[in-house]
Amino acid sequence: MKLKQLESMLGELQQFSNPKVELEQYPTGPHIASRMLYAAENSFGDVSNKVVADFGCGCGTLGAAASLMGAEQVIGIDIDSQSLEIASLNAEDLELDINFIQCDIRNLVWRGPIVDTVVMNPPFGTRRKGADMDFLSAALKIAFQAVYSLHKTSTREHVKKAALRDFGASSAEVLCELRFDVPQLYKFHKKREVDVAVDLWRFAPKTNQGNST
Amino acid sequence: MRLFTHNMLSSNIKGVANGFPLRIEVEQVLEKQVDFNPDFLKNLFPKLEWKALVDAARTMGYAELPEEADSLMLESEEFLRKFHHALLELHLEEGALVCPETGRKFPVNKGIPNMLLHEDEVPDLACNQVLCPTICERYGKVD
Repeated sequence: MKLKQLESMLGELQQFSNPKVELEQYPTGPHIASRMLYAAENSFGDVSNKVVADFGCGCGTLGAAASLMGAEQVIGIDIDSQSLEIASLNAEDLELDINFIQCDIRNLVWRGPIVDTVVMNPPFGTRRKGADMDFLSAALKIAFQAVYSLHKTSTREHVKKAALRDFGASSAEVLCELRFDVPQLYKFHKKREVDVAVDLWRFAPKTNQGNST
Repeated sequence: MRLFTHNMLSSNIKGVANGFPLRIEVEQVLEKQVDFNPDFLKNLFPKLEWKALVDAARTMGYAELPEEADSLMLESEEFLRKFHHALLELHLEEGALVCPETGRKFPVNKGIPNMLLHEDEVPDLACNQVLCPTICERYGKVD
């Protein structure tokens, strides 16, 4: 699939109708989502024929992108039932076959190393401090091959230290810096649209560097 | 919910030592055809708990899987077809997953299992409890 085609398909997806601020529900835009999964597949081979989990999937954009890029099984996990409902409809609309689980990422218990790759756009931890790190810690425990995640550029050093020192990652690499357009979703947003600088990271878990090139 | 998902999920309630496998209560099972991919099945096979898959499939009304399986059987297309059907084509659409230790039910509606915990069920050290042996082996002891 071409990048342009992927981006335009993701652009069709329905987004949060009633976003919940306490969960930091911001949609992952088609621009970022398509590039994230495109890089994961074409530079690292972490998507096609793999089991991919989308942590905090929201309306399911990243999971849908993974599925479109050829993931064999995709699992979307979110705490919010309304998001999961939209995500299921989105999957249906694109005729994608995605598994969903309603769960708090912090309490997720997995039996074994079945998931190859975790993709996520975690809460940035601006409403509940540490939320982003809870996601990263859980993802690095579950992924066998790689974790792709977005974090604010302003937290780059902190993310790197936590991943390598606290969560046992064997590598932590910023693939690129992106502008995350946060549309005016919530009343407390003063400007119409705010640009936040975010890093797209690739982490490799402990004993498996994955098949990086 | 596919049995693929069931084979990974474990009860996550505070104090539960062995939350796998979750028992299945069936209200409605759907069958959805998916593409047969033998290589995917072969890769996945060593990571699965076979017995849990056999028992779960039987609960869902499919009793064609052998009680025991080894990697040599992956050469047989007939075996792979059955494995494929049980793992990926059977869906628990409505029903529940039941914690094997406490009997606590996790409802499954519209094919989505709800693993959310009540406040008093959340483990003190989120994420670090009940790490199964395979994970411990791989990651070492997580503090």
